[in-house]
Amino acid sequence: MSTGFKLFTALLLITAFSHSYADAEYQALGKHAEQLSSQVQWHLTITPDGKGLPIGHGTAEQGRKIFALKCAGCHGPAGIGGSAEPLKGEVGSLTSEYPEKTVNSYWPYATTLFDYIRRAMPINDPFSLSANEVYALCAYLLSEDDILGKDQELNEENLPQVSMPNRDGFIAIYPDKY
Amino acid sequence: MTKPTDSRRQFLQKVALGGAFAGTFSLPVWAADKSNLAYDLPKWMTKPGKGFSNYGQPSPHEKEVIRWISANPDAQGNGVSWTPLHDLQGTITPNGLHYERHHNGVPQIDPTQHLLLIDGLVDKPLSFDVASLLRYPMISRTCFIECGGNSNSGWRSNPIQSKAGYAHGLVSNAEWTGIPLKLLLQEVGIKAEAKWVIAEAADAAALNISIPLEKLLDDAILALYQNGERLRPENGYPMRLVLPGWEGILNVKWLRQLRLTNEPAMTRDETSQYTELMPDGTARQFTFIMEAKSLITSPSLGMMLPDNPGTYQISGLAWSGRGKIARVEISADGGETWADAELHSPILDRAFTRFSLPWHWQGDYSVLQSRATDETGYVQPTRDALVQQRGQHGFFHYNAIVSWEITEQGDINHVYGI
Ligand code: HEC
Repeated sequence: MSTGFKLFTALLLITAFSHSYADAEYQALGKHAEQLSSQVQWHLTITPDGKGLPIGHGTAEQGRKIFALKCAGCHGPAGIGGSAEPLKGEVGSLTSEYPEKTVNSYWPYATTLFDYIRRAMPINDPFSLSANEVYALCAYLLSEDDILGKDQELNEENLPQVSMPNRDGFIAIYPDKY
Repeated sequence: MTKPTDSRRQFLQKVALGGAFAGTFSLPVWAADKSNLAYDLPKWMTKPGKGFSNYGQPSPHEKEVIRWISANPDAQGNGVSWTPLHDLQGTITPNGLHYERHHNGVPQIDPTQHLLLIDGLVDKPLSFDVASLLRYPMISRTCFIECGGNSNSGWRSNPIQSKAGYAHGLVSNAEWTGIPLKLLLQEVGIKAEAKWVIAEAADAAALNISIPLEKLLDDAILALYQNGERLRPENGYPMRLVLPGWEGILNVKWLRQLRLTNEPAMTRDETSQYTELMPDGTARQFTFIMEAKSLITSPSLGMMLPDNPGTYQISGLAWSGRGKIARVEISADGGETWADAELHSPILDRAFTRFSLPWHWQGDYSVLQSRATDETGYVQPTRDALVQQRGQHGFFHYNAIVSWEITEQGDINHVYGI
């Protein structure tokens, strides 16, 4: 008991002398996580340079079939007209009276499409798609508006190279225009 | 505390004896006069009330004070629920009524199996379990959280006829208690190149979004408690980010990871969504701060003015993501003339401020408006000015003045001006 008590009073003394919150006494309790941090399930985010993309490949034709099976129910048979967002078409509509923000008309990076489908779709069965299936779905959606050739295979090498129509359409408000 | 004295002990014994007597003797005649008051009092005064409860619930008479749910029919966990601001007073949103925006439902997280990983451009990646985090020094901060899409019906050409909270209630205000993020970031050690942090959630949308490191080092909290109790599941249990004054989407619930990077990740929720398309076809991106806004919550649509003429207490809420509310003005003639409302204390930085003003209604057609000014001098815009500046397709960050039309009959409608 007496050592515990001494430690307690010692801490009291230290905190009594600390001036501000920044000096607050606390025990650092984070655990070393190099190993955790190297595992794939902690690398879900894919950046525009392609970092984080898994190895894989898929074509528009493969993607069309998966889409009909797993996506069309909510996004419409051709990626428009369902209960969920339209995914294709309307490229060039952003300045019109009725602009439509679809993946192909609005999204600046194709890497985002891979990132998002893999983590969130189909919304009723997230993380159920294989890397190849996600590449195929991206190829299908992009090729529908000729952003990608109909026969072009998509993989971890060329997905970051895809140039989206609205690539330069975003003006960052933070930090300069704040 | 002193021990019970002898006289107190004797007193207790006498009371016990008295009880026994009452049971064995019939009542004397003098007790039968008709002066007991049972018939003159409400029934809840003449019978013992209900027993205790482990977790209290609102009165059954208040069962219509609820969040209004609007979800995708094919994906029930995708949508929002609105705080009934029109039914509430004061400034604190009760935990069961805090607005919700979920992308794929509320995860049922077992706190013993949840970890927060901080990695990326750090000296040493570290993981934190919930039990450890509960041992860190904590601070409390009362602030609002507002969805970037709050009030978005205001962009439509016709004013929506929804109650105040069901059009503007994707904003709530609570006391959040947790660990200053700065402490945890100091513990992992920040590399000089780090500028952004990719936050990721442990829900079925694995929501990810980029946040400037600067904000996390400034006033961000890893919140564990909400209005004194542990976070509600729908508000991020067991832990969430709270970024005072910044768009709701950045206040990531169910936080599982913070990865420090030198650039934003351009995730879906910072490109496709939560960006504002302008009339020239460009889109504003990284519009983090929620600008000053105010709303008259009473009288408002769905209520009516019973007395004509009559005196009514105009009451509402004002808030700003840039700081304290400095002033709220009220107009009863659609913005022709204005009077200063009383601001109720406490007036906190980036928190709801309650305002009020008594109003003598003479029975004539009126349009009630409130206009907030924050301590930076920013003045809440009119709808015309906002639409002039941003067009009608921005969807997010609608903060224009709200107008309630009072008809000669005392009915209340939503209008866009006089
Ligand atoms: C059960 C319904 C459902 C199914 C099935 C579904 N989605 Fe979705 N999808 C949604 C909903 C709802 C959203 C909006 C999510 C949000 O806002 O958080 C969405 C959003 C998206 C988006 C983002 C749209 C945007 O503009 O931001 C993409 C891309 C997408 N889905 C692709 C797919 C693909 C590919 C599939 C098939 C593998 C799929 N979805 C299956 C319901 C569904």
